[in-house]
Amino acid sequence: MLEVKGLRAGYGAVEVLRGIDISVSKGEIVAVLGANGVGKTTLNKALSGVLPVTAGRIVFDGVPLSGSSTAAVDAGLIHVPEGRKIFPNMTVLENIELGSYRRGKKNRTRNLENVFATFPRLKERTGQAAGTLSGGEQQMLAIGRGMMAEPKLLILDEPSLGLSPLLVEEMFNLVRRLNQDGLPVMLVEQNVVQSLEIASRAYIVENGTITMSGTAAEISANPELKRAYLGL
Amino acid sequence: MFSPTIIIEAMINGLLTGAIYALVALGLTLVYGVLHIINFAHGATLAAAMFAVWGLNAAFGIDTYWTIPIVTPAFFVLGYVVQRFVIGPAAHGDDGNILLITLGISILIENALLAGFGSDTRSIPSDFSFAIVEAGPFLLSSARLVGAAGSLVVAILFWLLMSRTDTGKAIRAVAREKLGANLVGINVGHIYAITFGLGCAALAVAASLLMPTFYVNPRIGGAFVNIAFTVVVLGGMGSIPGAMAGGLIIGMVESLSGLLLGESLGQIGIFIIFILVLLLRPTGLFGAKA
Ligand SMILES: Nc1ncnc2c1ncn2[C@@H]1O[C@H](COP(=O)(O)OP(=O)(O)O)[C@@H](O)[C@H]1O
Ligand SMILES: [Mg+2]
Repeated sequence: MLEVKGLRAGYGAVEVLRGIDISVSKGEIVAVLGANGVGKTTLNKALSGVLPVTAGRIVFDGVPLSGSSTAAVDAGLIHVPEGRKIFPNMTVLENIELGSYRRGKKNRTRNLENVFATFPRLKERTGQAAGTLSGGEQQMLAIGRGMMAEPKLLILDEPSLGLSPLLVEEMFNLVRRLNQDGLPVMLVEQNVVQSLEIASRAYIVENGTITMSGTAAEISANPELKRAYLGL
Repeated sequence: MFSPTIIIEAMINGLLTGAIYALVALGLTLVYGVLHIINFAHGATLAAAMFAVWGLNAAFGIDTYWTIPIVTPAFFVLGYVVQRFVIGPAAHGDDGNILLITLGISILIENALLAGFGSDTRSIPSDFSFAIVEAGPFLLSSARLVGAAGSLVVAILFWLLMSRTDTGKAIRAVAREKLGANLVGINVGHIYAITFGLGCAALAVAASLLMPTFYVNPRIGGAFVNIAFTVVVLGGMGSIPGAMAGGLIIGMVESLSGLLLGESLGQIGIFIIFILVLLLRPTGLFGAKA
């Protein structure tokens, strides 16, 4: 599905990603884990074409991505960003509809029903300005907006950030449900324990490189990881 | 003192003129709201559009209002191309650069107009320019009524565009959340150019509506831009309803203070409003709180 080889990217002269190799196969949840500031969001931005890549290859669904955000969306690589980045001045309905601005426009009505079925809370608030939603609702909106583009791969950047423990649980359940419906997910998180519970494989990012990878079970059992991330 | 009829007539005339001010301010506030820049070439673009209308009339005898279907798309395309291929690439993402570039474009346009047409003042005289409609006790200028009606039509079309179409929604999305817009596949450079083009197209309509009662020379834009800027500040920078309301208010203030203080002092009322808004409500009538 997604094959990334030797990916390098950064901001101006500062290189943040220093050769990243990852892959996501059909049907998987792959967790990309790491502490704050290691380059997870930068990786997502490079994959979705909003940040130029300085070296490396991104092959998606068998085709190299050209490095523009429109190409990534066209191909079905949909990135739900950290901090939601919804359109606060627009209604909930307008936000969701804009998810199909470029892809999935034909099936907009049907997909809208699907989003509302997944998030009944959003259906109750279609006319509300998105900026007035709670944090959890905004996260649902961001994911709903992403679903409108009929993703072939969904990249979720810290969907649990800033949510109450109860909502975090709900969010991880949702990711699992979306995946059970056949959607591959690249789950980028700092929340190591819960991510590993639902992921099939995981990568650990440190300082712009992958320092560990394996099945979720292997990673969970790794003593070094336990020490570094779980404080055990 | 003045009779109520004269005062009400002045108010109506002010509203009619104000509708055109709103139209001139529309592009300025739209470009500010979406691209977050002040387009210093706005006035010069209006002058160019008025010359285009005048030229079409002088060369081909096209009636001023019938130039609208010609100059509006032409100025949309012009605005699109200039933003997409000149301002955008030259800006390198730095707003300071954009200000200088639009200032440069403004100087370029004004000098091109001076070179082409000289500094003479030109107008399109016709019987219609002086036609009057009697509405009860009031005498109203036909051309101004048409101008206000035209502005209203543009405002409605604009509202439909922004609220009903994907392109309009994309414009509103880009205005507030560029990264989010990018990630749903909106091409931000394209939307910037469309926005800039729409601003120029609105100026072209305004030019066609103005020419029956106004004159044009290469520096005419300055007078309008000062007013338009006051309208935008009064309404709230970047607010489209604000520009509409602000235009009407400014038109009325100008008309009333002209009546009470004399034509030459009419603009003092506008100036006082500008200062008061800045002192009392710097975000304007419809401006965002923070
Ligand atoms: N827009 C930016 N400009 C410059 N540096 C940035 C920018 N965004 C992030 N960085 C830097 O890149 C590094 C990685 O950031 P990020 O990818 O956001 O990490 P993470 O998502 O893992 O927390 C950090 O050192 C951060 O300061
Ligand atoms: Mg991050």
